[in-house]
Amino acid sequence: MSNSKASFSWSDPFNLDGQLTDEERQVRDAAHAYCQERLAPRVLDAFLEETTDRSIFTEMGELGLLGPTISEAYGGAGLNYVCYGLVAREVERVDSGYRSMMSVQSSLVMVPIEEFGTEAQKQKYLPKLVTGQWVGCFGLTEPNHGSDPGSMITRARKVPGGYSITGNKMWITNSPIADVFVVWAKDDEGQIRGFILEKGWKGLSAPAVHAKVGLRASITGEIVMEEVFCPEENAFPEVRGLKGPFTCLNSARYGIAWGALGAAEDCYTRARQYVMDRNQFGRPLAANQLIQKKLADMLTEISLGLQGCLALGRMKDAGNAPVEVTSILKRNSCGKALDVARMARDMLGGNGISAEFGVARHLVNLEVVNTYEGTHDVHALILGRAITGIAAFTN
Amino acid sequence: MKILVPVKRVVDYNVKVRVKSDGTGVDIANVKMSMNPFDEIAVEEAVRLKEKGIATEVIAVSCGVAQCQETLRTAMAIGADRAILVETPVDLELQPLAVAKLLKALVDKEQPGLIILGKQAIDDDCNQTGQMLAALADLPQATFASKVEVVDGKAQVTREVDGGLEVLSLSMPAVITTDLRLNEPRYVTLPNIMKAKKKQLDTFKPEDLGVDIAPRITTLKVSEPPKRSAGIKVPDVATLVDKLKNTAKVI
Repeated sequence: MSNSKASFSWSDPFNLDGQLTDEERQVRDAAHAYCQERLAPRVLDAFLEETTDRSIFTEMGELGLLGPTISEAYGGAGLNYVCYGLVAREVERVDSGYRSMMSVQSSLVMVPIEEFGTEAQKQKYLPKLVTGQWVGCFGLTEPNHGSDPGSMITRARKVPGGYSITGNKMWITNSPIADVFVVWAKDDEGQIRGFILEKGWKGLSAPAVHAKVGLRASITGEIVMEEVFCPEENAFPEVRGLKGPFTCLNSARYGIAWGALGAAEDCYTRARQYVMDRNQFGRPLAANQLIQKKLADMLTEISLGLQGCLALGRMKDAGNAPVEVTSILKRNSCGKALDVARMARDMLGGNGISAEFGVARHLVNLEVVNTYEGTHDVHALILGRAITGIAAFTN
Repeated sequence: MKILVPVKRVVDYNVKVRVKSDGTGVDIANVKMSMNPFDEIAVEEAVRLKEKGIATEVIAVSCGVAQCQETLRTAMAIGADRAILVETPVDLELQPLAVAKLLKALVDKEQPGLIILGKQAIDDDCNQTGQMLAALADLPQATFASKVEVVDGKAQVTREVDGGLEVLSLSMPAVITTDLRLNEPRYVTLPNIMKAKKKQLDTFKPEDLGVDIAPRITTLKVSEPPKRSAGIKVPDVATLVDKLKNTAKVI
């Protein structure tokens, strides 16, 4: 029976807050305070000037926002996946670029080292990545191999004492400022393997990609490898094939599913405030049915999406989350967040174009977020294969 | 030296509170709750005194419903060593005098050298608990502290008063209430949130401490402040003076 006395929250209609544990709420509040007080004031300049503030890694590291799920033995907080998602949502509420910096460090660099690395690799790299003393990046995508990484051409040739790696990686978040590079290459048997490279190694360079229209607060580059010697001890010993990179991507995509909705929530909140404050024809914009319908659509998508993210987080923490569920939510959150950002941009009229009002920045960021780590369409194909048993993306 | 830090769970400062339709109070169902910001400053100050080697233990205490444990965990994540919850019934309105009596009982039990607490809570804005506690426990007090130092076994407290700053020297134990500019609380770190989970949290009932917490004051009615009406523009100074004289009647 519905209770007419129960009060409705325009920001949290399903009482997500009440579905979290004390500890999860504390983690969210801690992340929220830092993001709003320290990150939000910097983002406009960083975005407009296309500058990445290296000190953000150190700050995030001090607070434990990098690799929050990493075990305490290696300096992590050992938190659950729901906490990780809540952190991603708070960071992306400010900017998708900042969340990208964090996701790459946490999910794409630390997760493979913790999951596939030797004890020596974990001891050497994780504590410094957790504190932000070192920045990490992840190289899978190549200039001509995006959605189909299995066709990569980067090669790791066996040489005495290790491997000689040659190839180019493209669209690599953090690469120009990275100290640690987790790269994936095919070995002499044609199997995909993972390697940890370090800045300064001979033949390794990471030029920046400039003139991006989105994610301008987060630096992106290439990884160029010309016969880089990687000692045996820096190869992941066991993992072979796409399972390696996909394990990391699965974790990062889960964070994106939460994060994109954080950006959408910011757009919704800003648009709501704007239409309540701005008067045209002698009344607030919010008095128009068209505006109210848009607000209703925004809130519906955001709040349903968040319930999905929480359900997946609980499944991951219970250890029974199929990867396809991540595809549902990465795809849904990004697509819906993009719709919300576009609606918000529209509702803010001319001001929506100005970077000062934030929503256009979220919009162009979300175009990237909708594309990277499996495009909207590719996740549809992953789901299509899971539903029908027929893979549409191979011949 | 132990420091006792009372902390209150209040409606978060970002929440726009709504008065209940029956006028009995404000609606706190499904509303975000946080630690009273002045108490957060108190915890920070106590933890800094411990980090300087002046205090040996920081004990956070909260009086209220079971959910106050969350507030205590936050205090422990900032750096308090352990916590005490005096759990009171959900339907009981806890007033400053009752809290001061409960705290007095805990002061007797724990024998702290300092009790540091917020000057007021941002929900009822009473600004009474610290002063009542000092009176009940017969301890010296320094309210509205903007600086706290412990020198030669005395607490030296700088207070913000109307005319400037006043510096008091208090023998300890003493009660100090914190003002906004005393410090800027640190960000809670995720590893410390995890560590706080493992710290000791003891729960008492008011009857365990022999305190009667029945309210002494009855709330008659809670209502929203009247809506401010828009201002008007006047064409010239003469009209302004006339309005001030005859409409506003302020000159």
